[in-house]
Amino acid sequence: MSTTATAVRRTGARKAGRRATRGTSGIGTTGWVAIVLLGLVVCGALLAPLLSPQGPNAVDLSGAYQGSSGAHLLGTDASGRDLLSRLFHGSRTALIGPFLVVAVSTLLGTVLALAAVWFGGWFDQLVVRVVDAVFAFPGLLLAILATALFGSGLPAAVVALSVAYVPYIARIVRSAALRERNLPYIAALQVQGVHGLRIALGHILPNVGGLIVANATLAFGFALMDLAGLSFIGLGVQPPTSDWGAMVGTGMAGVLQQHPQEALFASALIVITVGAVNMLGDRLTERWEARS
Amino acid sequence: MSDAIMSAPVPSGQAQAKVKRRPGGAMARFVAVRVAGLVATLFIASLVVFGALYAAPGSPLTYLTHGRTMSPEAVAEIKAEYHLDDSIWQQYLRWLGDVVHGDFGTSIIYNQPVSTLVGGRASVTTLLVLMAAAIVLVLGLAIGTMAGLRPGWFSRSAMAAATGVMAVPTFVGAVVLIVVFAVQLEWFPVFGAGGSGLDAVYHMVLPSLALALASVAFVARLAQTAVRAELSADHVQTAISRGLPRRTVVRRHVMRNAAMPVLTVAGLTVAGLIAGSVVVEQVFQLGGLGQFLVSSVQQKDFPVVQAICLVYVAAFIVLNTLIDIAYTLLDPRVSIGKKDS
Amino acid sequence: MNALLQVEDLTVKLPVAGELRTVLRDVSFSLDRGSTLGLVGESGSGKSMTVRTVARLLPDGADVRGGVRFDGADVFDLRADALRSYRAKDVAMIFQDARAYTNPVRTIGDFLTEAMRVNDRMPKAAARKRAQELLAEVGIGDPERRLRQYPHELSGGLLQRVMIAAAVAARPRLILADEPTTALDVTTQAEVMAILRRMQREYGMAMLFITHDLELAGAVCDETIVLYAGQVMERQASVRLHEDPLHPYTAALVRARPEIDRRVDRLPAISGHPTTAYEAPDGCAFAPRCSFAQDDCLAGVPPLLRIGPGQTRCVQMPDLRGQLMPQSQPQPQPQPQSQPQSQPQSQPYVGSATNEEAQR
Repeated sequence: MSTTATAVRRTGARKAGRRATRGTSGIGTTGWVAIVLLGLVVCGALLAPLLSPQGPNAVDLSGAYQGSSGAHLLGTDASGRDLLSRLFHGSRTALIGPFLVVAVSTLLGTVLALAAVWFGGWFDQLVVRVVDAVFAFPGLLLAILATALFGSGLPAAVVALSVAYVPYIARIVRSAALRERNLPYIAALQVQGVHGLRIALGHILPNVGGLIVANATLAFGFALMDLAGLSFIGLGVQPPTSDWGAMVGTGMAGVLQQHPQEALFASALIVITVGAVNMLGDRLTERWEARS
Repeated sequence: MSDAIMSAPVPSGQAQAKVKRRPGGAMARFVAVRVAGLVATLFIASLVVFGALYAAPGSPLTYLTHGRTMSPEAVAEIKAEYHLDDSIWQQYLRWLGDVVHGDFGTSIIYNQPVSTLVGGRASVTTLLVLMAAAIVLVLGLAIGTMAGLRPGWFSRSAMAAATGVMAVPTFVGAVVLIVVFAVQLEWFPVFGAGGSGLDAVYHMVLPSLALALASVAFVARLAQTAVRAELSADHVQTAISRGLPRRTVVRRHVMRNAAMPVLTVAGLTVAGLIAGSVVVEQVFQLGGLGQFLVSSVQQKDFPVVQAICLVYVAAFIVLNTLIDIAYTLLDPRVSIGKKDS
Repeated sequence: MNALLQVEDLTVKLPVAGELRTVLRDVSFSLDRGSTLGLVGESGSGKSMTVRTVARLLPDGADVRGGVRFDGADVFDLRADALRSYRAKDVAMIFQDARAYTNPVRTIGDFLTEAMRVNDRMPKAAARKRAQELLAEVGIGDPERRLRQYPHELSGGLLQRVMIAAAVAARPRLILADEPTTALDVTTQAEVMAILRRMQREYGMAMLFITHDLELAGAVCDETIVLYAGQVMERQASVRLHEDPLHPYTAALVRARPEIDRRVDRLPAISGHPTTAYEAPDGCAFAPRCSFAQDDCLAGVPPLLRIGPGQTRCVQMPDLRGQLMPQSQPQPQPQPQSQPQSQPQSQPYVGSATNEEAQR
């Protein structure tokens, strides 16, 4: 039967390789690169006073828009302030805001979602409706409204964004928790007489934990961009406090005079940080999806 | 921008219960329910926007007098004009009634009707958002579809670039565009909205690109994922096994099926552009609603802030509702009536 | 060389996690016009891959060695147009999960008429008329209404009938049926099977029929091939598989099935786990689980031996034959009942095509 010589053929190229060698439990090389980048940024923020060669607000009007030099590694801004020092200090305001937003909205969103899933019925419907209503407000708009009322600055913006981000977390956690709650093992626990709170916190929460962490990570990136944008248009962090978003705003004057350093350095740090956060968030999401 | 990207609940047919028949009555009822929901949300939005004034520290009078000390007569006049001695509910209902009739009150700073001030600036913002939306839909869908249909170096680099671009906030994109195309190359103007017609469009190129950038990346990623998922779907194997030409398979099965979820989320992304336009207008000094909003916030011109916030929220909600209705009516798998699984 | 389909030394490797993994090893068989060949095996044995290779429906990056000849022409030498015409006119596939394999946003009418309109350039009205006839042929009532419905509005059984109607629409010469009834419940299974058989007879089509059910293979197929770890373990007339298996694996499969007329306290399960071609040991792939295995079983891949009326890949077979089914009546000489009444077990599957749930 097999008299013909063995023919060798390939359908398509060998391109399909190289994919998905990443383990299901790890976050891959990109995940670790992201973590290292974020670690560096956080260290820079924590150690800002030690790392900064000058004070962030040390004005030297005669030394505006200097280039890179021994005294000013990254040069100076319009007021002759040392850019490197301002970037170090600016990372503190740039990071603390999103951190608070994510912490508050994740906590609130998770509690709301778990309670909604656990109690179900009218309470669940109420949560869904409220969450939908809050969702109708774009976060940035709510933050602008808040700064109009409570005055420009980080606190008002952080409070407003925390509220605006709750629906995002709450929706995702609710649907995941709902799926989890309908699994047979939950019924088994109930039959055994395990207390509801214990099931919610001891079983459902840990099982959707990965998803919460992944989405909180992604939310951090969005919050950072929103808050930096707010500072950029002058409603967030107020001068002379340094902040990445505000530095891009004040750097606009330099851009038009062929001195784009301040705006570009601050922009680069924002992009790198958000990029790393998104990368990590994507990997965490993939890991969670692979798990379930 | 970020809201639409974050929120984008990718609609999936399977997630929803299946219904055998869809008589016209159920459809009409569904649309009615959605429109009622829209009105309810708008009502809540108006409550928030109006109530904000009272939630703020200090009395409304301080905002209205703008912190200046005024003669008792002037104060009385303001109180009378804004009915500050009425109860909050009376004031709200009066305000709401006026708003429904297109009267948003009088600007404290400009001493002109808010509706005139806002109306005159709306066209700039509309043009900005429309152009950005066109860029998002055309560029995002084209890149994503191409990347989805041809795995390989193009797909990989496009998706890597998209992931990178998504980390670029609108204002950073705007600054980079200004540095490169306005300051260095001098192809486009740095500031201003220009005159009318083509000049306005020309002035809007960089702003709309800046506004669209992150959303283009997001939509491209989304479309790529959807097309790829659909390409490897089992029913596409059936189509191939029947000897249909590839372009027929791609058009009738891959694209058609990927279109619905992608267009829905792309639509939500476009709705999200409304909020992002505030920042872009500020960068490019376009003099539209967004820039007016920011300056009014800084000057505590409350009637204006209220009006613009309400306009934005209304546009956002109306768009979202329209997309939701369109999606539900167009996808035969989605059941009508049961939305929350 | 007169066979309709000839598969020669087919070895297929698929890219998994960045490396090529063998899924089929040296598979050879031929299929005559109008006849039915069964492919039986556990999941992962390579049955589906075999029919997919025949239709050239392999994922990108697959490495194929050996040949698939349809009516003398090498399927893997077909250029784009010829390949499309081969798929459009010569072979048709019926998939296991009709729901997953029909486009959820297209109507049944679209599904049925699409190939006619695109491949045969049939006018719309004619195609719809033909589609209605086809639905009637597979026993679906009210075709007018069915054509307007979406797949999710039909039951699994009805949808599988639609699938069959679509497959036979172009009057192909070969039907590739990949477990067409596995996803259905038992009564529906019988009806769908009966329709498939009837259509096959009426249209005079050959069929490559995949199943994991030895009994069903016996009822439907003229001959059956038993696959294990991507290799042909045994091939012979379906009716003989039960009484006279030619491979210890087949025998184990037969014994692992409960019989309706015999009460057993314990079913003899096959020890160990099924292996894939990729993980198979050097010698006989089944040796690690085989109770008859000897040392020489692991000395190189056993060749496909001719034995009696069939073929086997078991080197012990000349000694073992007849001893594999200890509890059934001993058959030192299986010749006497060589041609029993055709398809003795086929009773549950024959039965006319009733209207099942056609009234839904």
